[in-house]
Amino acid sequence: MLVHLSHPQRQVEIKGPKRTKELLRELNLVIEAHLVIRGDELVTEDEMLADADQIEIRPVISGGR
Amino acid sequence: MNCGKCKTKAVISLPRHNAAFCKSCFTTFVHEQVARAIKSFKMFTPEDRILVAVSGGKDSLALWHILLKLGYRADALYVNLGIGSYSEESHRKVRHYADNVAAAHGAKLIVHVVEQEAGAGIRELATILHRPTCSTCGTIKRYQFNRAAVEQDYNVMATGHNLDDEAARLLGNVLHWQDEYLDKQSPTLPASVEGFAKKVKPLCRLSEREIAAYAVVNRIDYIVEECPMAKGSKMILYKEVLNRLETESPGTKQRFYWGFLEKQTKPEPATESMAEKDQRTLHPCQSCGQPTTAETCSYCKMMAKAKTATPR
Ligand code: SF4
Ligand SMILES: [Zn+2]
Ligand SMILES: [Zn+2]
Repeated sequence: MLVHLSHPQRQVEIKGPKRTKELLRELNLVIEAHLVIRGDELVTEDEMLADADQIEIRPVISGGR
Repeated sequence: MNCGKCKTKAVISLPRHNAAFCKSCFTTFVHEQVARAIKSFKMFTPEDRILVAVSGGKDSLALWHILLKLGYRADALYVNLGIGSYSEESHRKVRHYADNVAAAHGAKLIVHVVEQEAGAGIRELATILHRPTCSTCGTIKRYQFNRAAVEQDYNVMATGHNLDDEAARLLGNVLHWQDEYLDKQSPTLPASVEGFAKKVKPLCRLSEREIAAYAVVNRIDYIVEECPMAKGSKMILYKEVLNRLETESPGTKQRFYWGFLEKQTKPEPATESMAEKDQRTLHPCQSCGQPTTAETCSYCKMMAKAKTATPR
């Protein structure tokens, strides 16, 4: 599956099928700081993601000051 | 995973509330959390005129959206800082939301462009003034926010500060024992001077992740990219640390910040010193004479038990 990441913008190819939780763990990302979006819908941690899926992992932490 | 309320497919799980929600139940949950904050911290009523500070990011646009959906009279102020493509993009997102959603609720957008008044963008100003960009930025944004509120008769100023912002700020203040800043962490701050508006943070019960999820679910188009000046900030570090703790034990952030607010509102009962308390509650152990609160100390109890227990 093609996974879009931000900060900085990049794309990685990850082998599916795989649960959301496992995908985040593989990329070393904390659930509390990210949302996983398939197409344009939010998915939960236990959702199974397929090879054909378009995935965006969106960071939710913002900083400043 | 299914929604705990209506049993259809869930789109988000919230470990700290031990809950999972579908899109529409999640939207209801977020609205309820904001309504609760508004009520319990006596923020405003439907008669008040609210000015929301919007940056184009998830928190402030979600806040504007929620206030309009809850039926409040809320306009917004956007300050264009003149930070290259970041400012252009965030300005576009705010404009788009104002024209396509807010206008239909009768709400308007006020825009202040730093370059037009100061002759330069925020980074150039900071260089000229020999001040850090973020503190220059803070001063300008606070000033323009106050000015717009006073000039256009708003009596409440609302910002998109969320649970993560407040918990991270509290952590920073406590780490450096900046007591004088602690008072300013209340979600409602009364007008400092007569004629000025009061300041409120209606999103203080919601985490950053919940607000971002709300924006995605409700198709609010916000700028995901960060202000380039935020890179490497202490706030981001504090948030990362808190999120690691949160992942291990859900509810940590909320207990930390809400617990602080509770302590702040309840006056401390007259405290007895530790020495006084010890002298009142401790006396010698019946069998060995060491201080204990019981008749026999826990060491002696343990040894007595070990001796009577049958050996293996
Ligand atoms: S990161 Fe600094 S410069 Fe950027 S918006 Fe925040 S306070 Fe202003
Ligand atoms: Zn539901
Ligand atoms: Zn003893």
